[in-house]
Amino acid sequence: MDLTGNASLARETLRTMWTIRRFEEAVDDLFARGLMHGTMHLSIGQEAVPAGACLALADGDYITSTHRGHGHCIAKGARLDAMMAELLAKETGYCRGRGGSMHIADVATGNLGANGIVAGGVPIASGAGLAVKLRGGQQVVLSFFGDGAVNEGAWHEGVNLAAIWDLPVVFVCENNHYGMSMSAKRAAKVDRLGDRAAAYGIPGVTVDGNDPQEVFDAVSAAVARARAGDGPSLVEAMTYRWKGHSKSDKNLYRTREEIESWRERDPIVRFERAAITAGALSEEDAAECRDEARDRVRAAIRTANAAPDASAASLTDAVYAGSQS
Amino acid sequence: MTTTESRTLTYAEAVREALSQAMEADERVFLLGEDVGTYGGAFGVTGDLVHRFGEERVRDTPISELGIVGAAVGAALAGMRPIVEIQFSDFTAQAMDQIVNQAAKIHFMLGGAATVPMVLRAPGGSGTGAAAQHSQSLEAWFAHVPGLKVVMPATAADAKGLLLAAIDDPNPVIVLEHKLLYKQSGVVPQSPARVRLGETAVRRDGTDLTIVATGVMVSRALEAAEQLAATGIEAAVLDPRTLRPLDSKTIVDSVTATGRALLVQEAPKTGGFMAEVSAAIVESPAFGHLTAPVTRLCGLDVPIPYAPQLEKAAVPQTEDIVKAATGLVNQW
Repeated sequence: MDLTGNASLARETLRTMWTIRRFEEAVDDLFARGLMHGTMHLSIGQEAVPAGACLALADGDYITSTHRGHGHCIAKGARLDAMMAELLAKETGYCRGRGGSMHIADVATGNLGANGIVAGGVPIASGAGLAVKLRGGQQVVLSFFGDGAVNEGAWHEGVNLAAIWDLPVVFVCENNHYGMSMSAKRAAKVDRLGDRAAAYGIPGVTVDGNDPQEVFDAVSAAVARARAGDGPSLVEAMTYRWKGHSKSDKNLYRTREEIESWRERDPIVRFERAAITAGALSEEDAAECRDEARDRVRAAIRTANAAPDASAASLTDAVYAGSQS
Repeated sequence: MTTTESRTLTYAEAVREALSQAMEADERVFLLGEDVGTYGGAFGVTGDLVHRFGEERVRDTPISELGIVGAAVGAALAGMRPIVEIQFSDFTAQAMDQIVNQAAKIHFMLGGAATVPMVLRAPGGSGTGAAAQHSQSLEAWFAHVPGLKVVMPATAADAKGLLLAAIDDPNPVIVLEHKLLYKQSGVVPQSPARVRLGETAVRRDGTDLTIVATGVMVSRALEAAEQLAATGIEAAVLDPRTLRPLDSKTIVDSVTATGRALLVQEAPKTGGFMAEVSAAIVESPAFGHLTAPVTRLCGLDVPIPYAPQLEKAAVPQTEDIVKAATGLVNQW
């Protein structure tokens, strides 16, 4: 499917990307003003990956996510007010204030959770895929992780299990070029992390992660393969995070020029221009997507701010699930 | 044979019966682990289950402890009831991230929105000459982590009943079996009767002291109690069975009555689980009834050695329990 040529798909893609961008800009701002605590890992600049990848999924499909997971959560269909409430430590947040940014999840839309452990979600995704296979279901599990994850044991074990059991899993590597300060090039001997797929006997591809069309096409093919029972695939999406790793990052490991060169490849601006050039969207349509995203995020902040703070009185509530028997 | 009858089974057979009854009753239940299929499990626990339930539900895995436990976490999150066998409990060290950072915490981190109903079975303990990396007693590691439940069955009947309860439980449950117990026999009900988690068993009544023991130490404590009885000392023997949640009330009640507590574990003393039991006693009204210091008899603070005489010296034996109990009663 042509995202830039189809009016409704173009609008959906652009809306998702703007919503992620505005949500994270708002989070950055709230954080800078001391209105939000903890730590934050922003994915500004990487919006094309979750937008393109989740567009290739169906309702009922699962995802696992990362510490940089706001975009995945939004793209999978989470409510902005419940997300913002979680970040603002409110009782109405997705995790009732227990998870925060790094553990945000929306189980109802199939988001099995963001993960503070790099590669922690990879074997979990394989396990969810195993559950689908054992039940004879048609769902697919998409596991997002960064370039830093591919050198952890959990990644290799999780991918290998999915491969040997032909599980319906799509592994999506968001290669934003740095695992905190460690450049992906210094962290692995292979040029393309997508090449790692060969070691597990599964297809691997590397695409432009700043182009939602390329992400969508590659993930769609992987999803089709998974749904057909042919097993997992690896998609490496090359992208870049504009902001630091987290709030403490002084950006000592990369140059201003490098950051600027990637800002010039802004996935949202590029897609907007392409969709307008293709005639799928007008300038007004694009402006509407931007404004709508801004308004939705503002409304989410208002709703979240009005909600009660997470209550310490019920702190021990969810340590154990109640006995069923 | 009716379903209410009991027979004698080995501890390993009792575990297998629990697995098979759970798999028959609920198709969400499945097994995964290294060599659990045709091989029948490193200790023969899974036996012929693969022939009865097939390779999909009795799933051989590569040697990938972290991946196996991670897959169980994911399958549990997605609605299944996985049971993982880790070949030796020592190898849980390989899987610690998925056990501690994932399985134990997901329910809480998600504000209760998801559960991780999985069971991890792993044999622990020394006594087989397997040396330091295949003989540890790691229960304190797991009991320290909120979100995990920890079970240590000491009898064949408990091996079945506690495992069935663990499978029913909506939380991740670590079941630490003892490799020396696998071949020990006991009377086991045929019915899939659960042994509720969080109930301390009184294995023997006594008036002079309370011995609290876990795992293989329960049978040694019972042997010791018989020998003590011959010398006129009546020891109560209590088996917590579940370390988390711990039923400390039954322990406190017994110590209140006897005034003396001897706490026996195979694991090294420092930071061990019996320190927790000790604290539970001295923090309770039983403190006022103590006529002797709460006393721990534990494994030495050494890795488990290979040589049989060294291995035996590293962990409490029946005669050590007799000696400690006698000293406790006679001195105080």
